[in-house]
Amino acid sequence: MRLTCPLCGDRDRREFYYYGSDDYLDRPGPEAPASAWDDYLHNRDNPAGITRDLWYHEQGCAQWLAVTRSTVTHEILRVELVAGLKGARE
Amino acid sequence: MRYSGFRVFTEGLFGNKGWKPAWRDPAPKPEYDAIIIGGGGHGLSTAYYLAKNHGLTNVAVLEKGYLGGGNVGRNTTIVRANYFLPGNSEFYSHSLKLWEGLEAELNYNVMHSQRGLINLFHSDGQRDAFVRRGNAMINQGDDAILLDREGVREHLPYLDFEQTRFPIYGGLLHPRGGSARHDAVAWGYARGADRRGVDLIQNCEVTGIDIENGKVRGVQTTRGAIRAAKVGIVVAGRSSQVAAMAGMRLPIESHILQAFVTEGLKPVIDHVVSFGMGHFYISQSDKGGLVFGGDLDFYASYAARGNLPMVEHVMEAGMTLMPMIGRAKVLRSWGGIMDMSPDGSPIIDRTHVEGLYLDCGWNYGGFKAVPASGWCMAHLMATDQPHEVAKRFRLDRFATGHLLDEEGTGSQHNLH
Repeated sequence: MRLTCPLCGDRDRREFYYYGSDDYLDRPGPEAPASAWDDYLHNRDNPAGITRDLWYHEQGCAQWLAVTRSTVTHEILRVELVAGLKGARE
Repeated sequence: MRYSGFRVFTEGLFGNKGWKPAWRDPAPKPEYDAIIIGGGGHGLSTAYYLAKNHGLTNVAVLEKGYLGGGNVGRNTTIVRANYFLPGNSEFYSHSLKLWEGLEAELNYNVMHSQRGLINLFHSDGQRDAFVRRGNAMINQGDDAILLDREGVREHLPYLDFEQTRFPIYGGLLHPRGGSARHDAVAWGYARGADRRGVDLIQNCEVTGIDIENGKVRGVQTTRGAIRAAKVGIVVAGRSSQVAAMAGMRLPIESHILQAFVTEGLKPVIDHVVSFGMGHFYISQSDKGGLVFGGDLDFYASYAARGNLPMVEHVMEAGMTLMPMIGRAKVLRSWGGIMDMSPDGSPIIDRTHVEGLYLDCGWNYGGFKAVPASGWCMAHLMATDQPHEVAKRFRLDRFATGHLLDEEGTGSQHNLH
């Protein structure tokens, strides 16, 4: 598997650290109930098909990436900088 | 038909014409008392113990492919009870005891071999942790022996004791640990369940779960609707998809774990050996192949095959530990779909739907749990109460904070 980092180009999978589903982008606010935190930390759609998850380019540009890919074929469909996503927290 | 050495002998005399299929191939009935979704090791053992322990024989196991075609047919077959945490410790201890009587119980040769499991340690800190683990195992009533470096050398003279990166300080020997023939476990439970009247229905994919007023009514399948007041979901890596049919979103992320087998060799590795620092474990099958593996690939996947970086990592770790295997040829590798829970421990629990039960989250340790998982899941489905040794495998423990984090790495799917 290779990921095309928007800054570094086509790179080997070994340069990246996988964090988890892009649910991690929707961090609950300070007033959110405990159930929202449970959802945020633990519960997942876990799709067999297209998913979007977060990867860290730890041996490259040190950017967080949102990777759209297939969990069934390992095809990579899109790689975006998390920093550039609308709604990503400042 | 009862299997025995005498039977093998007499069948051999008469051209082996007397063997019958080990189980029936029934069409689904319109209604059962209980349905198990998933004909893998855990589903089949659940059905077996529902019939054996609870007298529930009007039971169907629905399998979308063929029996034992999932993780129970593609794992590295290690059987052990070396857990530390209360909650895990008594459960796996119970499972190992069931393993020890399994062949007589099922009248089926599952080739259970208690050849001993040795977990190596490589530092003072790791030794302290293993002493503590060994004491927990002994307190649980299981066996553990602390080996020093020379003790390890006696058992495993072929390790590289000269390496400086991860010098071998010793190991924790679990003599009752070992391995078993994975397929035979599924087949043995299937045959046992079938003989007690359970319908094993293959090529029958569940496409929906019928729920009325908060109670389960049955399932929709590719072979028609089937009614039942109790339904158990026992589908490992596909748990999220099946639970979604009941409107649930599980604390599960499916990951990939690879394993490898070499060509058949003469007996050379007598134990199951694990090398935690390099993420490598190995045993030798009765057929002679070295069976080994390492860590997850560490990304969510249903592909049932992994990527090359982990292949390379596992081979490097194996060569670091035991350079003698370097000339063995790897015959094949494969990937299994692991239902990873956030804390690395399983879930056997009721759900928000009355009559719907869940058995999942086995991570990469489901094989050794096959007997006890079925035992406890059957108890839960029959009595609506959790079994004593599985009462901490709760679905809500992530929300309440009652985690069973055996490795102490944190409550996150990709850390276990």
